[in-house]
Amino acid sequence: MNADLRADPAITVRGLNKSFGALHAVRDVSIEVRRGQICGFLGPNGSGKTTTIRLLCGLLTPDSGEGHCLGFDILRESAAIKREVGYMTQRFSFYEDLSIRENLRFVARMYGVPRPSRVVNETLERLGLTKRQKQLAGTLSGGWKQRMALAACILHQPQLLLLDEPTAGVDPKARREFWDQIHQLAGEGLTVLVSTHYMDEAERCNTIAYLDTGRLLAFGSVGDIIRTSGLTTWHVDAPDPIALAADLRRQAGIAMVAAFGSTLHVSGPDSVALSTALAPYRRDSSLRWTESHPGLEDAFIALMERNRATGAVAA
Amino acid sequence: MNRSTFVKRFAAILAKEFVQMRRDRLTFAMMIGVPIMQLILFGYAINQDPRALPAAVVAAEATAFSRSLVASLEHSGYFRIDPTAYTAAQAREKLARGELMFIVTIPSDFTRTLERGERPALLVEADATDPGATGGALAAVVQAANTALAHDLTGPLARLASGPDPFEVRVHRLYNPEGVTQYNIVPGLIGLILTMTMVMMTSLAMTRERERGTFENLLAMPVRPMEVMFGKIVPYIFVGLVQVSVIIVVGRYLFGVPLVGSLTMLSGILVIFIAANLTIGFTFSTIAKNQLQAMQMTFFFFLPSILLSGFMFPFRGMPGWAQAIGEIFPLTHFLRIVRGVMLKGSTWAEVQPEVWPLLAFMGVAMIVAMARYRRTLD
Repeated sequence: MNADLRADPAITVRGLNKSFGALHAVRDVSIEVRRGQICGFLGPNGSGKTTTIRLLCGLLTPDSGEGHCLGFDILRESAAIKREVGYMTQRFSFYEDLSIRENLRFVARMYGVPRPSRVVNETLERLGLTKRQKQLAGTLSGGWKQRMALAACILHQPQLLLLDEPTAGVDPKARREFWDQIHQLAGEGLTVLVSTHYMDEAERCNTIAYLDTGRLLAFGSVGDIIRTSGLTTWHVDAPDPIALAADLRRQAGIAMVAAFGSTLHVSGPDSVALSTALAPYRRDSSLRWTESHPGLEDAFIALMERNRATGAVAA
Repeated sequence: MNRSTFVKRFAAILAKEFVQMRRDRLTFAMMIGVPIMQLILFGYAINQDPRALPAAVVAAEATAFSRSLVASLEHSGYFRIDPTAYTAAQAREKLARGELMFIVTIPSDFTRTLERGERPALLVEADATDPGATGGALAAVVQAANTALAHDLTGPLARLASGPDPFEVRVHRLYNPEGVTQYNIVPGLIGLILTMTMVMMTSLAMTRERERGTFENLLAMPVRPMEVMFGKIVPYIFVGLVQVSVIIVVGRYLFGVPLVGSLTMLSGILVIFIAANLTIGFTFSTIAKNQLQAMQMTFFFFLPSILLSGFMFPFRGMPGWAQAIGEIFPLTHFLRIVRGVMLKGSTWAEVQPEVWPLLAFMGVAMIVAMARYRRTLD
C-alpha cells in the first residue's frame, strides 16, 4: 500500500460485522477504496456483498466495526453519507407507475437538487433516455430499467456510486454500454463500488474485493487476486473431455478441472504436485497440453474452496 | 382426467394452503379474534332497545311528586336520572352536547294546578337525533308518570285517579321532530365512510412501498420520517373532503338532511378528523409486514369503530365499559360533533370538548408511527 492510497480515500472501513439472527452475514470486513477508483465486489450468492454495500450507505447498522465513507463516520453520519451517495439496488426500486421523467424529478427533489428540471433534462440526455422520458418505468425492459436507475443514481452528482448487481439479467450490448458509462463517471472523479457475478466485468475494475461466507478473502487488482490464489493452471485439448475430466478429478494434486468446450482447465495449488499428477497424461499423444495462467474465475473458486475447507475445520 | 390425479393435485394445493396459512400468523389471529370480538360486542355491548339513558328532572321545587317521578322513571329501566339539580338552561346545554338525552320538566305550579283538577302539563324534551334510541323511552315516560302519580294521589286527591288522565305529558322531539332516520344516518355516514376509506388508504402507504421494493430506495435517500408521513397523509385530506362534500350534497337533496350549524367550523373539524384517521392508517402501515396485514388491521379498527361509536346503536344505551372503549375511537367523538353541528346547530363552545380527544388520538398515533418507522433495513 503506498502513500497515495492513504490520502483521503473514498471508503475506509475496518472490522465490519453484521449478523441477522444466527447468520453471520459480514465478518471482519476491512476495505479501503481510493477516490476515482472502480472497485468490484465479487463472491457467490449470499456471500455478504449486498449487506456490505448496505452497511456502507447507512441502510444497515453494523454490529461492530468503524470507518468513514467520503470522510463521514458510517455510524454517526449516515444522513450526510446518503446525500453524497448514489445507491442502485439489486431489484428495480423505482415507481413503476411513474414515467422515467417523473421518477427522476422525484429523486431530484428528494435530494434537493437545485433547478431539478434542467438537471433531469441533462441526465436524460446523458443516458440517452430523452426519447423515452414519458414512458412508464414499469413498461421498460431490463436494460432500460437499469439505465433509468443509473440516471436516478447520478442525478444529484454523488461522489460515490454503490451499484448492487446492476447488470444482472441485462444483454451483453447493454452491459457493455453500461460499463462505458461507469468508466466515464470514474474518469470524472466518481468512486464506484459495483457488485457483479461476471468475470469480464470484474476485469474492468481497478480493484476487486472477493467475499465468501461474509469474509473478505482477497482484495486487490486482478493480478493480485490471481497471485493470492497461488494456482498453477494447464489447458488441455482432449477428444473426450468429459471422461478425462472425471479421471483427472480423482488425482491427488489436482484441485480443479473445468471444461470450456473441448478444452479443460486443470489447476492445482502446488505446481510441483500438479506436474507430478499430470506426468502420465502428458505422455498421451491424443492430448495437447499447454501451460497457462489461471483465470480470475479459477482463482475465485480456489479461494472459495479453501475458505470453506478451513471454515469447516474451524467449525 | 382420471380421479387419482385429481385427488393428488387437489391434495397438493390443500397442503400448500395450510402451510401458507400457518406462516401468516396475523391472518390466523384475525380469524379467531374477529368472531370473538363480534360476539362480545353484539352480545354484551349492543342493545337494540337501549336502557339507562341519561335524563334529568328539572323541578322548580322538590315535591313529593317530583321525588316519586324520579323513582318511577328510574324504575322503568329506561332512564338513568342525573341527580344534579339543573336549571332549565343548564339542562338544555347538556342536551345540546349529547350528555343528556331527556329532560323532564315539572312546572312550578304543577301540584297546585293538579289539585285544582286543571290537567297541568309535564314537559318531556328528547334528543331525537337518533329516533331509534328515544322511541322506547318516550313510551315509558307516560307510564312512569302515571305510576308516580298513582302513588301520590291518596286521601282527598284519590278522586283524580279515577277520571281521565289528570295531567298531560307534552313531548318535544328536539332536532328531528318528525323522527326521520336519515337525519341521524347521513351525518353518521360521513364519519363512517371517512373512517373506512382514510384508514385503509394510508395503511397501504408504507406496506405498498415495501412490497413493490421501492422502500429500499426511499430509505437510501436523505428523507426524514416526518417528511414521509406528512407527504403520505396530506393528499388524502383532499380526497376525504371531496367525499364529505358528496355526502352532504346528496344527503341534502335526496333526503333533506339539514345543515343547521356552521359549515366552515365543520370543515375545520373534518380536516382534524380525516387527519386522525389517516395517521392511524399510517401507523398501521409502519407495523404491518404486507398489504394484506394492513387491510386486516384496518378492518380490526373499523369494526369496533362502527359498533361502539354510536353509529349503529345508541352510545348511551351501552354498558359503561363499552362506552369507555368507545371513547377511544375518533368516530365516537366525530359523530357527536357532526350530528351536533348539522342537526342541532352546535357552536364551537358546545363541540370543542369532542375536538380535543381527536387531536389527542392523532398525537398518540403519530408518536407510535414515528417510533415504529424504520430508518434502516435492520
